[in-house]
Amino acid sequence: MSAMLLAAGSAPTHEAVVFWILAPIAVIGALGLVFARSAVHAAVLLAVVMLSLAAFYTAEAAPFLAVVQVVVYTGAVLMLFLFVLMLVGVDSADSLVETLRGQRIAASVIALGFAILLVVTLAGTLDSFKSVGLAGAQGPTASDPVGKGNVVAIAELLFSRYVFAFEATSALLITAGLGAMVLAHRERTSPRRTQRQRMLERVERGGAALAPLPGPGVYADHDAVDTPALLPDGTFAVTSVPEYLQISRAVTTGDDVVRELEAGDV
Amino acid sequence: MSPDYYLYLSAVLFTIGALGVLIRRNAIVVFMCVELMLNAVNLTLVTFSRMDGNLDGQIIAFFVMVVAAAEVVIGLAIIMSIFRSRRSTSVDDANLLKY
Repeated sequence: MSAMLLAAGSAPTHEAVVFWILAPIAVIGALGLVFARSAVHAAVLLAVVMLSLAAFYTAEAAPFLAVVQVVVYTGAVLMLFLFVLMLVGVDSADSLVETLRGQRIAASVIALGFAILLVVTLAGTLDSFKSVGLAGAQGPTASDPVGKGNVVAIAELLFSRYVFAFEATSALLITAGLGAMVLAHRERTSPRRTQRQRMLERVERGGAALAPLPGPGVYADHDAVDTPALLPDGTFAVTSVPEYLQISRAVTTGDDVVRELEAGDV
Repeated sequence: MSPDYYLYLSAVLFTIGALGVLIRRNAIVVFMCVELMLNAVNLTLVTFSRMDGNLDGQIIAFFVMVVAAAEVVIGLAIIMSIFRSRRSTSVDDANLLKY
C-alpha cells in the first residue's frame, strides 16, 4: 500500500497535477473558514483544507501522516468541534460590532505584511537549498526497489530516538483526558428535588391543572392526537392537543370538525 | 515538482489562520483557525523532511498532531465551561481577567 502511494507520489507530473488542483481548493477553503458567517460552514471548510493536506502528505511520500491526518484531524478533532458547536447552539452568530475600532483592517494589513515577509524570506533562502528526497530514508532506492517503506522507517525512529517523547505523549493524553473531565464536571449547588417535593410545589402554586390533561377528541373519522377534544359548549379544549403540535400548526383545525359535526355526518 | 511550492502554500495557509484568529469573535472559530495554523506548520515540517532526506520532520509533525488532539480536548472543554457560565462563546465576553 505504502509502496503504491510512494510510487504515485514520486512521479513529478502527478504531483504537480495534485498540487495545482488541491492548493487553490485548500486556500479557498481556508479563506472560507475565516469569512464564513456560520460556524458549521467554517468547520466543513476546515475539513476540506485538512483533507487536501492529507493528499499533499501522500504526494510528499508521507502516507503514514496522511492517514493520521484523516483519522485524527478530520475524523476526531473536527468531529469534536462539531459536537461542541451543536452543544453551544449552531445559531450563535458572530457579533459584527467591533470592540476595537479598525481592528479588522489593522489585522488584515498585518496579515498581508506577514505573508509578504514569509514568502520573500522563503524565496530568498530556498534557492540555496537542494531537495534530497526521502528515498535514502525510506526507499525505494536503486539497489532496493521496495525499500523499508514509510511506516517501518517512522516506527524505527519513533521507538528508538524518540521513544522518550513518545512515552511522554501518553502522559500528556492522560492528563488531557483528566483535565477535560474536571472542566466538564459540574458540581450540584442545591440538593436534588424529589418527585414528592415537585408535586407539593405544584399544588401550592395552584393555577395548573392537577388532574391529568384531557385526551384528544375521538370522532368517527378522527381519533389522532392532533384532533382537539370538544368542551360541552362546542369550543375546543386547548390542552387536549400537545403543545408542540399547536406550535407547528399541525392540529386539525377546529372548523373542520365543527363543520362535520353540524353537517351531522360524524 | 519542486517542494518549494508546498512551503509557499503553507505560508499562505498559516497567514490565513492567523488572520482568522485576529478577526473572528466566536471562540470555536478562533480555535479552528489555530488548528489551521498547526496544519500549515505540519505541511512545512513534512516538506522540510523531504527536502532534508530524513524522517525527523515527519516524526515532529506526528507529535504536533498528538499535542493538537490533546489541546483541542482541553480547549473545547474550557469553551464549554465558559459557555455554561456566560451563555456565549464570544471571546469579547470573557474579559474578567482583563483588569
